Amino acid sequence: MGEEVKLFGVWGSPFSRRVEMALKLKGVEYEYFEEDLQNKSDLLLKYNPVHKKIPVLLHKGKPIAESAVILEYIDETWKGFPLLPKDPYQRATARFWARFVEEKCMPALFNCTVAEDRKKAVEEAHETLKLLENELKDKKFFGGEDIGFVDIVADFIGGYWLRDIQEIVGLELLTKEKFPKLCEWSDEFVNHAVIKECLPPRDKLFAFFRTRFGSKS
Amino acid sequence: MGGVKLVATTQSFFCTRVQWALKLKGVEYEFIEEDLRNKSPILLKYNPVYKKVPVLVHHDTPIAESLVILEYIDETWKENPLLPQDPCDRAAARFWAKFADEKVVFGVWTACTMEGEGKEKAIEAALESLAHLEKQIEGKKFFGGEQIGYLDLVLGWIPHWLNTMEEVGGMKLLEAEKFPCLIEWGQNFIHTPLIKECIPPREKLIEYLTASLSYLRSLAAKKP
Repeated sequence: MGEEVKLFGVWGSPFSRRVEMALKLKGVEYEYFEEDLQNKSDLLLKYNPVHKKIPVLLHKGKPIAESAVILEYIDETWKGFPLLPKDPYQRATARFWARFVEEKCMPALFNCTVAEDRKKAVEEAHETLKLLENELKDKKFFGGEDIGFVDIVADFIGGYWLRDIQEIVGLELLTKEKFPKLCEWSDEFVNHAVIKECLPPRDKLFAFFRTRFGSKS
Repeated sequence: MGGVKLVATTQSFFCTRVQWALKLKGVEYEFIEEDLRNKSPILLKYNPVYKKVPVLVHHDTPIAESLVILEYIDETWKENPLLPQDPCDRAAARFWAKFADEKVVFGVWTACTMEGEGKEKAIEAALESLAHLEKQIEGKKFFGGEQIGYLDLVLGWIPHWLNTMEEVGGMKLLEAEKFPCLIEWGQNFIHTPLIKECIPPREKLIEYLTASLSYLRSLAAKKP
C-alpha cells in the first residue's frame, strides 16, 4: 500500500512480537523502533498517553495500542492471510479463547513465579492449560491448518517464553505428560516458517530470564 | 433468524449491554433470568469455562463474554451497526472498551468497596480513569457519534449503575463541574427509550449492590 507502518516494541515482549507475527504473516513492511522501558521515548508517550506501553502500531500517522486491538486492526486493514475466520460464530470463539489466554492463562502462569503457595498456583495454572488443551483438540493450530488469531495471542505459551521460565524457575507447567497436544502445538508454532523469524533470539531471552528469575530449586 | 436466548441477570450491566445491542438491532430474544447463588444446569452447560452471565445462545450455540457477544451480534445482524466502518475508528472503540472494563469498572468498584485509608487513593484512581472518558466524549453526542454505538453500550452502566455505586459505596465521583460532558452524555443515553426499558429498578439495584458489598467485605475480613 505504500503507507508508512511503524511498530514500537521491545525485543523480549510477547505482546510486541505478536504484532510482528501478524505483520509478517500478511507480508506487510514496517519500520521497527526498539523502546527502552526504563527511559520511554517522547514518541511512545505521545502515541500511547493512556497506558504508556508497547506495542504501539502507527499507520498513516495514527497510533493504535493494545496488542489484541492491533491484531484486529491489522486483520481488517490487510486482507491477505486472514487471522480471524469469516464465520461470526468462529470469530466469537477465537476472540473468546484469545481473551481466556490473556485474562486467565497468562496471569495464572506468571503467578507461579511469585506465589507463596506454589503448589496451589501450579494447580491453577494447569487448570487453565487443560482448558486450552481441550480447545485445541486434534488441530495443528488453534487457527486450524495454519496459524490464526489465538495462536498468535498465545505466543507466550507456544514460543520460548514459557519454556525458558519454567526451566529457570524449576516449574512443571507445560509438560508432555500432562499436555501432549499443547506441546505438539508449541513445537509446530516455533518451527513455523514465519513465526520462527519473529521469535526473540533464544540465547538472549534465556539469559534475560536467568537474570530476572535467578535459579530457584 | 430465530432461536435467540440470553442467559442473564437483570442487575448486571454486562448483561444489560447485550440486551441493548439486541434491541437496537430489533432482534427478538428470550430472557432467561439466572440466580447466580444457585447456578442453573443451563448456565453450566453453556458457559462451562467461566460459569458466568451473560451468555447468548443462538441456534443452540452459546457465546460468552459480553464484548465478544457484542461483536458477534454486530456481525450477525447488519442493521444499525454498533462498531464504526473504518478500521482505525473500530480500533479506537475496542481500545476504549478494554480501558473501560479493565480500568474504569475496576476502579469505580474498588473505590466503592474500599474502606479506610485505601478509599481515598482508590477514588483518585477512579477519577483519573473517568477523566479520560470525559475527554473522549467532549464535543460528541454519543461515543458512537450521532447514534448510539458499541462504546456507548459498553459505558452505558455509568448513568445508572455508577450513581447507585456511589450511594452504596459512600463516595461521589461524577461531579458536575469535573465531568459535564460525561454527565450530559449519560442523560442522553439513559433517556433513549430502548435503553431505558432495560435498566433494573433503582431500589433492586441498591439492594443487590449492598448485598454484594457486604459479602465482599466479609470475605476480606476473613483473610489473615
